[in-house]
Amino acid sequence: MRHIAIETGADGVAVLTLNNADESMNVVSDDWLGEMNAAIAQLRDDAAVTGVVITSGKKAFMAGADLKAMVAAYGQLTPHQAYEFSQKATAMHRALETMGKPVACAMNGLALGGGFELALACHYRVLADDPKAVVGLPEVNVGLLPGSGGTQRLARMIGVQAALDLLLTGRSLAPAEALKAKVVDEVVPASEVVAAAKAWLASGPSPMRKWDVKGYAAPEQRMMIIPEVALGFSVGVAQVADKAGYNMPAAPAILSAVFEGIQLPFDKALSVESKYFAKLLTDPIARNIIRTTFISKQAAEKGARRPAGVPKTTFTKIGVLGAGMMGAGIALVSAQAGIDVVLIDRDVATADKGKGYSEKAFGKQVAKGLMTQDKADAILARITPTDDFAQLEGCQMVIEAVFEDLGIKAETTRKAEAVIPADAIFASNTSTLPIGQLAQASARPAQFIGTHFFSPVDRMGLVEVIMGKQTAPQTLAKALDFVAQVRKTPIVVNDSRGFYTSRVFRMMIFEGVAMLEEGVAPARIENAAKSAGFPVGPLALLDEVTMELPVKILEDAAGEAGNTYTIEKGMAVLKRMIALGRGSRKAGGGFYDYPDGAAKHLWKGLVEAFPVASKQPDQSELKARLLYAQAIETARCLEEGVIETSEDGDLGAVYGWGFPAWTGGTLSFIDTVGIGPFVAESDRLAQLYGNRFAPSAWLRARADKGEGFYPAPGA
Amino acid sequence: MRDVFIYDHVRTPRGRGRPDGSLHEIPAIQLVTQLLEAVRDRNELDTALLDDVVIGCAQPVGEQGGVLARGAVLNAGYADTVGGQQVHRFCGSGLEAVNNVAGQVASGMAMAGIGGGVESMSRTIMGYDSGAWAADPRVALHNYYTPQGIGADLIATLEGYSRTDVDSYAAESQRRAAVAWDEGRFARSIVPVRDVMGEVILDNDEFRRPSTTVESLGALKPAFGGMAAMGFGRVVRERYPQVEEINHVHTGGNSSGIVDGSGVVLLGNAEFGKATGLKPRARMRSWASIGSEQTIMLTAPVAVAHKALKNAGMTADQIDLWELNEAFASVVLRFMGHMEIDHSKINVNGGAIAMGHPLGATGAMILGTVLDELERRDLNTAMTLLCVGNGMGTAAIIERV
Repeated sequence: MRHIAIETGADGVAVLTLNNADESMNVVSDDWLGEMNAAIAQLRDDAAVTGVVITSGKKAFMAGADLKAMVAAYGQLTPHQAYEFSQKATAMHRALETMGKPVACAMNGLALGGGFELALACHYRVLADDPKAVVGLPEVNVGLLPGSGGTQRLARMIGVQAALDLLLTGRSLAPAEALKAKVVDEVVPASEVVAAAKAWLASGPSPMRKWDVKGYAAPEQRMMIIPEVALGFSVGVAQVADKAGYNMPAAPAILSAVFEGIQLPFDKALSVESKYFAKLLTDPIARNIIRTTFISKQAAEKGARRPAGVPKTTFTKIGVLGAGMMGAGIALVSAQAGIDVVLIDRDVATADKGKGYSEKAFGKQVAKGLMTQDKADAILARITPTDDFAQLEGCQMVIEAVFEDLGIKAETTRKAEAVIPADAIFASNTSTLPIGQLAQASARPAQFIGTHFFSPVDRMGLVEVIMGKQTAPQTLAKALDFVAQVRKTPIVVNDSRGFYTSRVFRMMIFEGVAMLEEGVAPARIENAAKSAGFPVGPLALLDEVTMELPVKILEDAAGEAGNTYTIEKGMAVLKRMIALGRGSRKAGGGFYDYPDGAAKHLWKGLVEAFPVASKQPDQSELKARLLYAQAIETARCLEEGVIETSEDGDLGAVYGWGFPAWTGGTLSFIDTVGIGPFVAESDRLAQLYGNRFAPSAWLRARADKGEGFYPAPGA
Repeated sequence: MRDVFIYDHVRTPRGRGRPDGSLHEIPAIQLVTQLLEAVRDRNELDTALLDDVVIGCAQPVGEQGGVLARGAVLNAGYADTVGGQQVHRFCGSGLEAVNNVAGQVASGMAMAGIGGGVESMSRTIMGYDSGAWAADPRVALHNYYTPQGIGADLIATLEGYSRTDVDSYAAESQRRAAVAWDEGRFARSIVPVRDVMGEVILDNDEFRRPSTTVESLGALKPAFGGMAAMGFGRVVRERYPQVEEINHVHTGGNSSGIVDGSGVVLLGNAEFGKATGLKPRARMRSWASIGSEQTIMLTAPVAVAHKALKNAGMTADQIDLWELNEAFASVVLRFMGHMEIDHSKINVNGGAIAMGHPLGATGAMILGTVLDELERRDLNTAMTLLCVGNGMGTAAIIERV
């Protein structure tokens, strides 16, 4: 056995240690399953063994399944084969808990997903008292369900409602919480988990789970004729619809697996769970979610786009120019990552205000007990607010986050470059101004780059890194090292108006406005966006970003020769709104009214300003327009080289502006539809609504060859 | 098809559907038993002439389950040749049971029977009969299930009814019910309910609040906003994307009351009249049930009215009186608006908002109520109808003979 070691002591206790020979973490794999089956048979048949402890030779107890394998499996398995795949793992867990000898799980570290399912299949669970030793079943967050008995064991151990709370949120529990929730039986110091497990074995426990005792019935087994249980599921369905919408199949599948499973004998229940698992595994949505939010995200964070051969830079001191919302946020995440920050604005008071953002944020964390005052003080001490550019001396990097104006930015650039070391890089946080233009003010354009953070910086995970024409690969490497140090997810794009994220995001807001111009009822527009899976509708978004902003960007762009940064429709709506004094939430109200102490609601005057047509389109048409307008613009970005990889396109879409996760991102969406059908539907939309939907010759050629944006399943 | 006649009708008074209600100690089967005894005794009926007793119930579980109708037939001492059948079409059950018997008689396969309904809401639990449509995730999610109070509020939202509109309707229902009771308009059909000692325990619709005004109703809190906030609001917007926010106007005061009660209708063909010497009071002109969009749930009355009219070969203007169950005020307001029916012709003696809605019983009760009123006013035709759970409607047209 390569991944497992067994040692039987004189006390008859066999200690089974999980120790993956190939990876730093114990994971579920075919090899491991085979070894576990062999081990279980051996322990069962060895008369000298009276009880078993399972523990890990790694720092963590065990993580879940290999998600890369899950993505690779997509398109390779029929639902029945996927069912058998799940049943194979299920059978191992079942063999473990029915081997006739008590098994205690000694979790020396975290146990998530498949790792925690193994623990659930043991007769007793001991967990290390270590804040990192969390347990949970996070499968729902990658579009799957725990397919090795997790849904069924948890529901029978802690009750249907409590189990659903954990299964539907996928949240992990720290040791104390896990003990309280009764998903573990004992919490002891990490060094004592095996001893505690052995002590339990010494008490002569039964090797029988309660559901294997004859006559067992789960309290909820009668389900529909217990009004409270039935009502719980009625409400549960609505909550799932509300939270996950109708596009995410995992949460409803979990609800069904528990609902149906709890009414069945245990082995039948396990079989039903495997059937729902099989449906999810063979659905492109789980593939989409895992590929983008897990595989591509981790790869990006580990430097997928970092030029090779450049030594790693660890940042100890940076400068942030501009202490507004963005600059203040960048200062916060930098200081939190252990970097000294010089935060500069036009006067000390303004700079202080920027630091105040961090003071407030950490103050809240201290108040909630999430951070000690000492730690907060240490982080805050790293931020130096000032109006003195001379303080930038020794900064390895400067990030400029001043007003979006070429002149102001040029002046700040010159002032900073006069002080910083020759090898320091200069990054602009601009969201739309071309890096090449900004770099004209720089004496060292090869060290000039864009790092577009998203607001609020401390909560949004993406950074769009923009390469100017003259930006050197070494500069990119340093910028990515910085992004990694502040624990954000980078994408790398090439310089052009709006770069990637702002450029495609404009298609979302303007498609919404175009609909309004056509006479679509505003509530229908907003509801279509939410129904498609966007967190917020386009009209509400415009109220937040202000209508003046996109108007200014488009008008600036219009002044340029050969400008293509335009919109087909909707400009008149924005100008009208601005003229009406309703250009934003800040202005006192835009498309929405914002009454004090009550929820916002659509402005009643909207229907007079933009009369609603008597015939309204199907919601499916509105959803298609929102999704396709952005997807096809992303394809154009790839065609023009604004983005270079599908992964960057999808990460930017999901994490930059909230493109629905079920799609996996704009390009994954095209692949999910199928590139041929996508082009055909785009042609139809172009005919009805305008050229923004028209596929380019390049896209058409890809469709003709059946060439999507990711390798075809099995390729 | 043979003519089907209504020979008699009785109902219990309605008791508050709570532990302090007068009928709380009376099991549902006793309510039906006492009505079956009354029908037999006041008509001196040879029960062997009946083919079937069909009783509707919206929660046929526990003591209301097990084909309560057959149990009541035997409990009332009817001939053991009389069958019993359970009918379930949610709130349409009582009327559906009448229509079922009418169908048996019309087809010539039965000579006579009793159709009716019962619900002891104080003794069962709302949701006792939940069902897959509302609770099985695999079904409910794509059935877009929402509680019907939210459907009623959605009707008000789409039709633009204000809180004052629905409260005004409710206050008028209370006023009409008060007049009807004061003038003894229900007297012919009410059978007081008796306890184990044979003493009368209830002889009137005790749920009523005759002093209700629009102002007093206005003080009540909306009942269904909380459920919408739990997630059902999202379900509604998925189906009704024109809705930004649901206007929650319904309260305990403008929705039907929770009560206990039962009603039965004696039906038969012409031969039955000859065999018993009973005089028919009305003819069943037509009946119908229909489905409609299920999330809003309560808009089928308009469609089922048209279907029943078509089945009868009639037009709406030929109906003298309308009786639409007051499940919620918006249901009736919408029906009046879409059918262009004047308020003076519908629910003229008040309805479930004032007197209560014993789910499976109501259809049979209000069919009798409107028949009594046709006779009192010397009018000829009436349609009785109800909105029904999961998006359905049930109706019947009667005509005096």
